Amino acid sequence: MRELEYPFDANYLLKNKRRIKKSLLEKNNFIEKKIAILGGSTTSEIKNMLELFLLNYGIKPIFYESEYNKFYEDAIFGNEELDEFYPDIIFIHTTNRNIMEYPTMYDDEKTINQMLETEYTKFTKIWESLFSKFKCTIIQNNFEYPFYRLLGNKDAVDIHGKTNFITRLNQKFYDYANKTKNFFINDINYISSCYGLDKWANQFYWHMYKYAMEVPAIPYLSFNIANIIKSIYGKNKKALVLDLDNTLWGGIVGDDGVEKIAIGPEVPSGQVYSEFQNYLKEHKNLGIILNINSKNEYENAIAGLNHPAGTLKPDDFIIIKANWNPKNMNIKDIAEELNLGADSFVFVDDNPAERQICKNYIEGIATPEIDVPENYIRIIDHNGYFEVTNFSNEDLKKNELYKDNAKRSQMMSTFENYDDYLLSLKMKAEISSFKPIYLERISQLSNKSNQFNLTTKRYSLADIEEVNENDDYIKLYGKLEDIFGDNGVITVVIGNIKNKDELHIDLWIMSCRVLKRNMEFAMMDMLVKKAKERNIKTIYGYYYPTQKNKMVNNFYNLQGFEEISCDEQGNKIYKLDISKGYINKNNVIEVEE
Amino acid sequence: MEKSEVFERLNNVFRDVFDDDTIVVKEETTSKDIEDWDSLEHINLIVAVEQEFGMKFNMNEVTTMKNVGDMVNIIISRS
Repeated sequence: MRELEYPFDANYLLKNKRRIKKSLLEKNNFIEKKIAILGGSTTSEIKNMLELFLLNYGIKPIFYESEYNKFYEDAIFGNEELDEFYPDIIFIHTTNRNIMEYPTMYDDEKTINQMLETEYTKFTKIWESLFSKFKCTIIQNNFEYPFYRLLGNKDAVDIHGKTNFITRLNQKFYDYANKTKNFFINDINYISSCYGLDKWANQFYWHMYKYAMEVPAIPYLSFNIANIIKSIYGKNKKALVLDLDNTLWGGIVGDDGVEKIAIGPEVPSGQVYSEFQNYLKEHKNLGIILNINSKNEYENAIAGLNHPAGTLKPDDFIIIKANWNPKNMNIKDIAEELNLGADSFVFVDDNPAERQICKNYIEGIATPEIDVPENYIRIIDHNGYFEVTNFSNEDLKKNELYKDNAKRSQMMSTFENYDDYLLSLKMKAEISSFKPIYLERISQLSNKSNQFNLTTKRYSLADIEEVNENDDYIKLYGKLEDIFGDNGVITVVIGNIKNKDELHIDLWIMSCRVLKRNMEFAMMDMLVKKAKERNIKTIYGYYYPTQKNKMVNNFYNLQGFEEISCDEQGNKIYKLDISKGYINKNNVIEVEE
Repeated sequence: MEKSEVFERLNNVFRDVFDDDTIVVKEETTSKDIEDWDSLEHINLIVAVEQEFGMKFNMNEVTTMKNVGDMVNIIISRS
């Protein structure tokens, strides 16, 4: 919903939240998540706004809200209601109002260090206590700067200053976050500075209602939290699709000629596009795929991208569509060629009409409303499309992987027989029980896979850790490499052992990067092998249809299962008896355990 | 600004905030008359009214306001 994307009208959202919520709830296909808010100040409106932003991301929150300022008690001493609620996510909304004691000018360095440690320990106790009780994710605010500076500028420098104290405490929080999984910082220090600290800290709202920031600032806070949560549940965008003329450079390359387009350090209008190109190029390091979608002659587009002052070169893009087709058609083609959903794209185009067409035809695509070039970066950045929560090495290699795939397609066209092509790839797979180093990637994959996903069950890292420790599960990951490169971990199967000799497949996912490589058969062979070791007689498979997983509609049939039931929604249950033998299906991949 | 105009605009704000098109506010209307009007919603209402009329209430005004009539008088005094 446009109203819930940056830049949004905070007052409009606050005033119309009931109506907006109703209209968001008209959609379906939400994933439900239980979110506990433990507050050190009033949280009511924070919750309401968070609900809107999450619904807009397809996440339906169920909330627990602590009593006013009972975050510490709830976390340390427990609370039956909270125990029963058993949150997936706990958001701890504390602010500098919750710092118990600040240094005074009389305190020596040792005392101040002690104060810092006491304050920090109060929080680590909270986190450890919550982690020990719940398999959950914790989102913790850092601290915003104080709204006055007793020491003036020295408040930041001197250990007696509140600003200095808060800065040091924040650093301790970051150190903890860096060594703790499932723990994320909600950076209200940054959000409050973007908003303007004097406005943010409007004391009217504290004294009147015990809100630690002014109410019109709350949508910005809640949006920031929603971005962390949607990222945890795999709802980040994955690719940028970029227009060229007046988006990546000033002017129209086809009309003006390469030498006349604005890019490079000589003039302000060129500098602003150079900086934007740099900003976009940085996204490659996050594993974001760059593509072009431009109404241009192909030769002109390439000439523009080869402009000596440009930082983005043709080689930085996976797919370049420069033609005169409608842009929404190009986007569909790009999605198909990349095997990605077009709803995971951010389409950046300076032309509002092109944005509107793509938004109308492609559900879920983001079309940030960039206005003038000097605002491009801020508007894209503040939307939080690519919020990083769990960053894996896979992400670093993502662009190479897509390049490798392009090479494979080329090679495929030289073979007449598909099996010959597969053999020529000299594929090697590692299929084995979960290992600690891969848990993060496994969780990430479970949240990102939509198409080759039989049950669309999502697992946070905490969930995956739980499965890993539980002996009632057979849990396999698969890695695949070939002559063109290593794809890393690209498939996961989780089966739950029940009634001694039954295996129920809770999750079967595979990255679309490795479609049609027979990897699913190699996985099946290993699954059966492991099942037999555990004396399983029957394997049950489940297929729950979504809008995106039609490609695996027939999956269990292909694996030799028998369909035993199908309800009105198309949910199917399958069965395979392995007690009387099983013939391996994979003969193109060399498998190691 | 005429009182009638203030009431009309105020009425729309109330309807938006409480998502209830049947609301008609009068001088003597208080939080007791509107079901969802609790202390937490009160702040939202204040923010929305400030936004509508492009003004800010101060703490003293918010704490002494007894009914919609008081609110209207403050708005008119600022216009």
